Amino acid sequence: MEAEAAKFIGAGLACFALIGAGIGIGNIFGNYLSGALRNPSAAPGQFTNLLIGFALAEATGLFGLLIALIILFG
Amino acid sequence: MVNLVVAGAADPMAQFAIKRIIPLELFGYDISFTNSSLFMVLALVLISVYLIAAMNSRALVPGRLQSTAESTYEFVAGIVRENLGEDGKKFFPWVFTIFIFILTLNMLGMIPGSFTVTSHIIVTFALAAMVWVVATIVGFVRHGTHYLKLFVPDGVPIWLMPLIVPIEIVSYLIRPISLSVRLFANMMAGHTMLKVFAGFAVSLPFVAKALPVLFTAAFTGLEFLVSFLQAFIFTVLTCIYLNDAVHMHDH
Repeated sequence: MEAEAAKFIGAGLACFALIGAGIGIGNIFGNYLSGALRNPSAAPGQFTNLLIGFALAEATGLFGLLIALIILFG
Repeated sequence: MVNLVVAGAADPMAQFAIKRIIPLELFGYDISFTNSSLFMVLALVLISVYLIAAMNSRALVPGRLQSTAESTYEFVAGIVRENLGEDGKKFFPWVFTIFIFILTLNMLGMIPGSFTVTSHIIVTFALAAMVWVVATIVGFVRHGTHYLKLFVPDGVPIWLMPLIVPIEIVSYLIRPISLSVRLFANMMAGHTMLKVFAGFAVSLPFVAKALPVLFTAAFTGLEFLVSFLQAFIFTVLTCIYLNDAVHMHDH
């Protein structure tokens, strides 16, 4: 296999990290919504925590994207 | 990274190319005034003009412009109060500057044909490194060497310490990276995706052009949300890191 082809395959594989980020973000928003429907009055107080959780879950996926970018352009 | 990409109209990466406007060199370093610098200066001028104009009248009952400035202030003050408590007051000007600077840069980037400064990792990393260094210095000034206890959580069995302490140290050291990569990757990925779908509108046959155009229009709205959300998250995490430094784990 040519090195160039292996680079592209590797970059594609690194993007698999975004699967986990997708699951994580879906989990966070889904659980927030089900919690908010049970107790709507407590929901606004947890909105900041929701966004922090979203940001932390997203960051792990973006690390994978960063690896892909480093492979492609680094 | 961007320099390696061949510049061309249809290239989704061409929008991130840095162009020298006024080439300058100092002691062998390239300190040219680029389009990136231009947009940072533009953001600075816009923020200054907006805030000075809004607060010029200082009316007790605020007008429209003054209310927008006051609600921006109150929004950031709320984040600082919520995360840092009363101790956060002296960090407020700094946190407010970070928030409004990132927000303005993100929003300027949403103007078609403009340049998104925050889509470059070097800019976001400089901001995140500043946050991390300030938080660490504040921590050591406040607590001295006791600050290192941040890496030793309470209530962990002693035999778990060899595992927990390295994890805590790594998670502390990775903070500037995760903070900068989050902002940079969000801005870069979003803008690239918009460009890719705009490219589909050019290349697809006549009737099918409508789909990518509609998608791009809808996604531009989402990008505005992401622009705001990332500025907000950067600010919240700055406050959380500062809170670790000021209060450590106890409250």
